[in-house]
Parts: sequence; C-alpha cells; structure tokens
Amino acid sequence: MNDFLTLYRDMLLIRRFEEKSAEMYALAKIAGFLHLYIGQEAVAVGCMHAIRPDDYVISSYRDHGHCLAKGSDPKKVMAELFGKATGLCKGKGGSMHLIDAERHFMGGYAIVGGHLPLAVGLAFASRYRKEDRVVLCFFGDGAVPSGHTHEAFNLAALWNLPVIFICENNRYGMGTPVEREMLLYKDIAERARAHGIEAEQVDGMDVLAVKEAISRVVKKMRKEPHPVFIEAATYRFMGHSMSDPAHGHYRTKEEVGEARKQDPLMLLKTKILQEGLGTEAELKQMEKGVIETVTECVKFADESPFPEPRALHEDVSVE
Amino acid sequence: MLISYREALNQAMREEMQRDPLVFLIGEEVGYYQGAFKVSKGFVEEFGVERVLDTPITEAGFTGLAIGAAMAGLRPIVELMTFNFGILALDQIVNNAAKIRYMSGGQLSVPMVIRGPGSAAHQLAAQHSQSLEAWFCHVPGLKVLAPATPSDAKGLLKSAIRDENPVIFIEAQLLYGTKGEVSDEDYTLPIGKAAVTRSGDDVTIVAYSKMALLALEAAEALSREGINAEVIDLRTLKPLDIDTLLESVKKTGRVVIVEEGWEFCGLGAQIAETIYSKGFDLLDGPIVRVAGEEVPMPYARPLEDLAIPDLARVVSAVKQIL
Repeated sequence: MNDFLTLYRDMLLIRRFEEKSAEMYALAKIAGFLHLYIGQEAVAVGCMHAIRPDDYVISSYRDHGHCLAKGSDPKKVMAELFGKATGLCKGKGGSMHLIDAERHFMGGYAIVGGHLPLAVGLAFASRYRKEDRVVLCFFGDGAVPSGHTHEAFNLAALWNLPVIFICENNRYGMGTPVEREMLLYKDIAERARAHGIEAEQVDGMDVLAVKEAISRVVKKMRKEPHPVFIEAATYRFMGHSMSDPAHGHYRTKEEVGEARKQDPLMLLKTKILQEGLGTEAELKQMEKGVIETVTECVKFADESPFPEPRALHEDVSVE
Repeated sequence: MLISYREALNQAMREEMQRDPLVFLIGEEVGYYQGAFKVSKGFVEEFGVERVLDTPITEAGFTGLAIGAAMAGLRPIVELMTFNFGILALDQIVNNAAKIRYMSGGQLSVPMVIRGPGSAAHQLAAQHSQSLEAWFCHVPGLKVLAPATPSDAKGLLKSAIRDENPVIFIEAQLLYGTKGEVSDEDYTLPIGKAAVTRSGDDVTIVAYSKMALLALEAAEALSREGINAEVIDLRTLKPLDIDTLLESVKKTGRVVIVEEGWEFCGLGAQIAETIYSKGFDLLDGPIVRVAGEEVPMPYARPLEDLAIPDLARVVSAVKQIL
C-alpha cells in the first residue's frame, strides 16, 4: 500500500471508530464525556506519519485520534471507552485518559493546558539521557491563553527542549469562539514566537501538508534539540462532546456545512482518485476492512468483562 | 556526627545523586544561589547544571516538567522554595502526579519527591506561613512525610527519593538550623513508621515536624509535675502508622494531638477519627486537639505567637484530660 493509501486508511479508521463510538454512546455502552475528533483526523495522522514509534506523544481529552494514530490496538481503545477490564488502562482511564505506555502514547489529560508542562518534561528526559527522541504535544486553541501553556513554552524555549507544540485550532474552546478567547487570535503562533519558539501555521485539513511540515521540523530537531510550535488550522465537525449537537447555539449549521467541504478524508480521497494513486475498488475494499475492524472492536469491548471489584484499590500506588 | 537538619538533607540528596544518575534537583535558586535556605550547598559544583536546575519562578511549569520527566523514568527532586508556592503547582501535583499511575491502569509511575519548608517561621505573615499538609494527605496516590530531626530527615529523604511514587516531603524553616546526631552510614528509614520519641504511660502526645519537638518539651515540663507523657513523632503523615498509635493508646488511654495547621479539617481530626474508630475501647476519655488558630497568619509577633501552638497550650491540654 502506498503512503497516500496508508494515510487515508489511518484517517478512515479514526472516522469510523468515532462514528461507532457515538452510536455506542447513544446506546449507553459508553458513558461520561466523549469528545469526538471527527474533522481533525488529518492532524493526528499527518503527525504520526512523521515520527518514530519511540517518540513520545501526549494529548488533551480529545485523544482518541492521537491514540489510534500512534498505533494502539483499536480493540483495547474501544474496550477502554466501554470501561472494560481489557481496555488500554483496564477501564480506569476512560475516553479522556487513554494511555499506552508501550507505544509511548503518554496520555490524554483533561485539565486544559495542564499537560503541556508534562510534554516539556518528557522532552527534558529525552535530552537528559542524550537520546534523539522528540515529543509531540497536542492541544486546542482553548489551551493557548492558559498559564500552564506559557510556563511550558518558556521552559521549553529556555532549555532548548525537543518538543513540538501542536495547537489544533478548531476555532472553538468548547462553545467559545477563538475571537472571544484571545484578543490576538488571528496568528496564535505569535504567542509562541514571543517566547522565542520557532512557529509556523499549517493547513490542518491537508494530511500531506501536516506530514511534510512535521517531518521537516523533526529532522532538524533530532540533530539540534529545540521546541517548535505548529498551529494546525482545523475544524471540529461534531459538538464539543456528546452533550451538544454538531452546531449548537454557538455556531450555525451553515458554518459547519461550509467546513465540511474541507473534510480531510474527502480531500485526500479526491487526490488519490484524480492522480491515480489508488482505485475506487481499492478504497472500497479499504472501507470494508475498516468497518470490519470497528465491528470487531465493539464485539470485543461488549464481550469483555467489567473490572473486578478488587481492581478498585489496585494501581493507586506502586507497592 | 552532630549536624544540622539542613546538612542532613544536603547529605541525603548528595548521596542519592551520587548513587543514581537518574536523580536530579530542580527548583528556584537551587543552583548558584545554593538553595533559598542553602540546602543544596555545593550541588551545582559537584553535579553540574545538567542535574541541578535553576528554574524561573513558575511552580506549575517546573513541577509539571518534573512529573513528565518522572513518567519517562527519571527521578526528579523538586524543591519548592516554600510549600506556600506549591499551591501554584497544586493542579500538577493533584491532577497529574497523584493520578497518572491509576489512570493508566498501572502502566506509568511517577517516582519523584516534592520537598521544601512548610509551616510558619518568624513573622513572614499570611502568605508565607501556612501548614498545608492536610491538603496533600487528602489525595490518594501521594505519600506525605514531615520529619522533625536531622536523622529522620536524612533517612526518610533517601527513602523518598528511592520510592516509586510521588512523595511530598515537608520540612520547616525553623528546623533547618536545629542539630542532631546523624549516622555517617548509608541508611534509610521506612516510610509509614512513626517513632516513639519518649516513653510514658499517663498520656500520649501525637505530633510531627516542629510540633514533635514542642511535644517533647511539653513532656519534659510535665514530668517535673509528675506526669509521664509518651510522645509519638509521626514522621510519615500518609500512610499513617496506626499500629504505633494504638500501641501507645493501649498503654496511656489518653491522647493529645498537636499540629500547627488550622484546626478545622486539619490532620488532627483524621488522627483522632482513626484512633476513635480503631481503638475506642482503649480510650479513658476524649481526645484533645491543640492546633493553629483559625486565622490567616498575622505579622505582629504577639499575634503570631497566639496563632501557633506553644508550650503552655500543650501542657494545659494534657492537664485538662488527666
């Protein structure tokens, strides 16, 4: 399978996985908060195709896409959403706290901005051990004004740490549009530059552009550690979580409809077909395979047991 | 060898940094300034700036950085210039350090120490004179230590550094200059074990950190009046050494708990509840608490003195229940 098809398949898996998650939420198989990534797939997938398996990735609570793109077993991810013992975190983390240490996916964190200092610490560890591993840290535009964010920027810049801060600007912090979050909202990257961090903007709907930008940055960082800020312009097609509909009171149906014209999957699919990088039949076959995978995920999650009562007190501390 | 509490901490960290290259020290002024209270004297010369990191004044940022480094397998020691500033790092400590093990279903751990002075010194006023240990004790996933003597400080800090969990290690400015016998040998003390620092059978005085020294002083004063008090220095606040407490209560039947922190929801309330629920039949009367007054710490010396437990209050509390 060529690179274009692999990128498409990885995005498709996230899309279908999350659509199924929403269904399972409606059936009360999944509870709590569920924040869907649909619309933003090109960012996670483009980024993961630009790094090595041993590079660290850390994310916010909208973390399914990053976790799947980093290579976690989708069955275990679905089981975690179901709160089952076979989940990635034995059912203790849930949707917002997916963690896969083996794949160096260091977690989803649900305090906005709170994981950026952790990302800087992972980068610090890489440099301390004289490794060339880099850290990818994903967060939304809503995290940009946070104090944690700026403390993290300052430390990363001051100590030249190999972390890429990837701001997925989907234009809303929950229901508050970015222009009501910060006065200077048009060029978020300016904030990173103010700390002395190299920064650039990339089209977050274009998976190839994302992959190219991150590959270029990572190559340089491995030789010479330093932080970089990337603003990926993207859009969330669904509500903030399952508690609000796709458009809600804070944005119009028309706006969402307009954004969907830039659907990252559609854009890549069009390119693949137009440029003969793959055939209709191949894509159909791929679609079928992904749907089968997702169906298996649900079956696995559904049939898995809930954690035993004794698990309640396990893993609080290392004994 | 007779050394100060400050020197004991210095030795503990130095020995552990010599032993394990993954251990590093990070905090405000820990390097060239040698620590705001000179605890890390000589460190930057011995270990270099790679392992002794002066930070900007951003507690959330550098505590979070240390947590991230610990998740990746390093063993950070975070020095908070005082625990008052730790409030700024509370989100990192409570939401990240304490929970990552659990949220990950045991995949990750956070082996780190967060240390620095708590409680009041002299006239540092409201924002620099707080005893916040109860806040940390409330959170599952954290261990909390508050040693009173140089020997305990050294042995427990070494254990804390070797522990695989986040450990809150609370010192006190007024303890840094106090001296005591400390072994030259490479020793550690077990976390979770209280010390009976004076034996007696009339009453048990339970205390920790500075108040453990006050309790001993009170016991001496009481002995001159024929009252024989047993003193328990908790050393570890969480996990609490319930066995040692009950063993003592079995003998004395009476308990006075002394703490510098605010009384309402203070640690003494938890200690009393633990004794009531596990050793009610051992008691000959109600437990009495001596705690900090329910006020922000005043600056004026006479008012400050009134806000903090003193010898007279401890002695009178003991007499009240005998």
